Amino acid sequence: MHSVVCIKQVPDSAQIRVHPVTNTIMRQGVPTIINPYDLFALEAALELRDKFGGEVTILTMGPPSAEDSLRKALTFGADRAVLLTDRFFAGADTLATTYALATAIRKIGQEYGKPDIIFTGKQTIDGDTAQVGPGIAKRLGLLQLTYVARIGALDLQARSLEAERRAEGGVQVLRTKLPCLITMLEATNQIRRGAMADALRAARADIVKWSAQDAGVEDISKCGLRGSPTIVKRVFAPSARAEKAAFVEAAEQPADALIEAIFKRQPTLEADLAALARGF
Amino acid sequence: MSNAAKTPAPAAGGRAATKKELPEHFKAYKHVWVFVEQERGQVHPVSWELMGAGRKLADKLKVDLAAVVIGPEGEATRNAAVESFCYGADLAYVVADQVLADYRNESYTKALTDLVNTYKPEILLLGATTLGRDLAGSVATTLLTGLTADCTELDVDADGSLAATRPTFGGSLLCTIYTLNYRPQMATVRPRVMPMPERITCDPGRIVIHPLGLVEDDIVTKVLSFLPDRESAKSNLAYADVVVAGGLGLGSPENFQLVRQLASVLGAEYGCSRPLVQKGWVTSDRQIGQTGKTIRPKLYIAAGISGAIQHRVGVEGADLIVAINTDRNAPIFDFAHIGIVSDAIRMLPALTEAFRARLSPHSRDRIAS
Amino acid sequence: MIEEKFDAIVVGAGMAGNAAALTMAKRGMKVLQLERGEYSGSKNVQGAILYSDMLEKLIPDFREDAPLERHLVEQRFWMMDDRAHIGLHYRSDDFNEERPNRYTIIRAQFDKWFSSKVREAGATVLCETTVTELAQDAYGRVIGVRTDRRDGEIHADVVVLAEGVNGLLGTRAGLRQTPKPDKVALAVKEMHFLPRETIEARFNLKGDEGVVIEAAGTISRGMTGMGFIYANKECISLGIGCLVSDFQRTGETPYGLLDRFKRHPSVAPLIEGSEVKEYAAHLIPEGGFKAIPQLYGDGWLVVGDAAQLNNAIHREGSNLAMTSGRIAGEAIFQVKSRRDPATAANLSLYKKMLDDSFVIKDLKKYKDMPTLMHTNSQNFFLTYPRLVSKAMQNFVRVDGTPKIEKEKLTLKSFVSARSWSGLFGDAFRLARAWR
Repeated sequence: MHSVVCIKQVPDSAQIRVHPVTNTIMRQGVPTIINPYDLFALEAALELRDKFGGEVTILTMGPPSAEDSLRKALTFGADRAVLLTDRFFAGADTLATTYALATAIRKIGQEYGKPDIIFTGKQTIDGDTAQVGPGIAKRLGLLQLTYVARIGALDLQARSLEAERRAEGGVQVLRTKLPCLITMLEATNQIRRGAMADALRAARADIVKWSAQDAGVEDISKCGLRGSPTIVKRVFAPSARAEKAAFVEAAEQPADALIEAIFKRQPTLEADLAALARGF
Repeated sequence: MSNAAKTPAPAAGGRAATKKELPEHFKAYKHVWVFVEQERGQVHPVSWELMGAGRKLADKLKVDLAAVVIGPEGEATRNAAVESFCYGADLAYVVADQVLADYRNESYTKALTDLVNTYKPEILLLGATTLGRDLAGSVATTLLTGLTADCTELDVDADGSLAATRPTFGGSLLCTIYTLNYRPQMATVRPRVMPMPERITCDPGRIVIHPLGLVEDDIVTKVLSFLPDRESAKSNLAYADVVVAGGLGLGSPENFQLVRQLASVLGAEYGCSRPLVQKGWVTSDRQIGQTGKTIRPKLYIAAGISGAIQHRVGVEGADLIVAINTDRNAPIFDFAHIGIVSDAIRMLPALTEAFRARLSPHSRDRIAS
Repeated sequence: MIEEKFDAIVVGAGMAGNAAALTMAKRGMKVLQLERGEYSGSKNVQGAILYSDMLEKLIPDFREDAPLERHLVEQRFWMMDDRAHIGLHYRSDDFNEERPNRYTIIRAQFDKWFSSKVREAGATVLCETTVTELAQDAYGRVIGVRTDRRDGEIHADVVVLAEGVNGLLGTRAGLRQTPKPDKVALAVKEMHFLPRETIEARFNLKGDEGVVIEAAGTISRGMTGMGFIYANKECISLGIGCLVSDFQRTGETPYGLLDRFKRHPSVAPLIEGSEVKEYAAHLIPEGGFKAIPQLYGDGWLVVGDAAQLNNAIHREGSNLAMTSGRIAGEAIFQVKSRRDPATAANLSLYKKMLDDSFVIKDLKKYKDMPTLMHTNSQNFFLTYPRLVSKAMQNFVRVDGTPKIEKEKLTLKSFVSARSWSGLFGDAFRLARAWR
């Protein structure tokens, strides 16, 4: 079977800082990582390959430097990596992104065999929209299962797949047909460490690079900024509250002083807490 | 790729130059819609929170607010529609069919896109729940329109465009996003981000019933079963009135029990900041913040939490925020109401004892007097 | 284990490892480089200064695309006491040349670029792979390495140990001893963010000109150590380090020293208003010539910091690392092209070539300095700086005291502190060690 895993290279958001003078994002020197949620998707694909054989192809849309993430993803044991990179993709929102990715996935199907499952992570840590997976599914006419916690029975002959999907208050057990798209929930597995042979192969691999044209994009106006219905108009830091915190200067009994300050500010709170504490 | 990952925007002049007129066929799109999410007979409270937000938008635009209810035929769906009027809806669209008894992407996407194509709303809001996010992405892609996720603020500009504000760059900044030339303008909002509006008892208004146009055989994905979560495993963190949370200032995973002890004395829920989940000290259902839970308690006590913006957006709605941190310059003191510069590891047990004494039965007499 | 065999395995992707791998790969050899960090440079910490001469021998046109910060036009030597510094500054417009001699760099970015050149030359570079031990045959000859990846044993004709100052492979295999605490310094540094214009104004620079300050004195509290301040494009690197044995003895901490250094009246104004971007700590070999271990054996060579090749007096380490790596690569290539086995006898060519180079010649020249500095640390780092500072102040301050009296007083202070024999002894020892 053939799985395609979409990954994204993202800035390590824990390290992004704002320039103290100009108030813009300082991107230089911020290390990039593979979006952590994507690794759960990759491991799920690799586990299916362990069971059923076949291949795992990784796809990412990004700047040329995204090659680093693809190479790293290969060390986990994937079979090939495709980098979709073109200046026309810059500034894409999720709709324009899914157009490009869906086109590339179709091309991957032509070159390397039609995929049975497309995997994506739940969301990215820089965008957090969770929209790309569903968007790709819709464009490719694939059935979609999001927030999958576990992949169950897979019957390649019958082209059917069972999976557990997280819903509010519980888990849906669903059966669907291949080909389909799955977004994996976090903490559902742990990405394996590649063996030496995988690491060697990754280091030497030729990453396939496709421009928009190579990938078969028919309508370039659907890509990048031009193809994005949403526009970011303003980026700003949240305004500081007019009043900063009133400090309780540690007195003899700081805990008591703090409680006094709390109840002084919100007198009704004392009764509320007493009621809660009594378990009502 | 997301809204947030765009390359730097060109200068404002360039932006204005690219703004086209709204295509003619979109000008007919009017009114604000809120998707009312219901599963197994329960309406998710985020739907009502969105109804409140939607009402404000509709008032500004001087248009109607409509509820969209999709579900199985029967009581539950009808009640959901009726209830939406109590939260401010002017009318309700209903697609009711047995095929919609369980959420499935195919059937719900068809129902919602059909409604949109038939009745043409200018704004469509959904809750950013697992269902909402599964559905919103499919619908937006089918309609080829713009979708802004996890908004913390919704407003309309003078020209009537929806201004959707959300955190960006992992939460370190905010950005405002517009869908200028496509309709409907779609946005999702996480639970508890918008305040719950007051429920006003009133008669139901106009309900428009729309057929689904699908039978079970048309739908490929089948629901085999539903496994409910164990009661004990559920936390009520998002709706708790009092929350105590701990962050990296606790120093070690063992110290997290100090948070739980204070929470227990207060009858409160407990939570943590993102780094503790990432380190594996606490489970992810306890995470408070932009990618965790948004809370709006009466009292929030943050111990050893620095107050990064990702966390801030999750707690700003609290009535009273109390912060304990050893660093006087920690960002948390920028938005907390009361602060104390102290070591959480010492302060938490001291507070636990002090509250225990203060709230014990015999001291109730003091409150009464 | 991996069946495939390599001509050479280089352990480590720092300056020495990259130089060795690049040299051999360019010669057409089949090279595997293993780095334990996430990427080349992730585990490296340096001030940092890049020496063009040495890099030109590897990548002649490096200036085209290497990430360089500022080219150095000024060097300042500061002798510091608690409130003052006596500086010897050399600044020359000659350094504004077409191919500048030294640059400041930021290691994380530079190493990534350097590593990309190694890959371009055809070497196979694996990161996040730790070599756990050397693979040896029944005779103790090194035949390859074992790593922490599954089925991770891999063989080669030669293993080049470029694992850094506290690399354990050599010691584990009994090829050398762990460096002693008095032969290693622990240095800490910070990067302070400031707008370009501010840096240029404070250091009197135009464009990409740069300045380097090397400081010693009471900042190390009587311990053997040195501080530095380097100007990068948009940040200042500053740091301080002392011998590990000194830290152990006095109980001082590196960050305590750094903190005091930053608050010194000569230093504080330079970093005023900055934002600290990064903290790092690293060990630096300080033993000099006398601490150099066995450099080669059957199937192996050691280069760079792992070979203790660091010139502490001139704060030169990366150029020695680069050069030793290059020479090791050349030596291995020569042995291979003669189709000779990689025996100790044949690999001794490396040591011969190294001895003939400035690397060993410089280290030999200063071989007695480490000991001298250490045994006389009180004098060199406390007494003299204080005496000289007082003398200078006395000289510079105009207070109506006749000059001749001032001179007498100064001389008296020196003599009473060190005595004539001490003064002459120090001068003599210093001169001798310097030669």
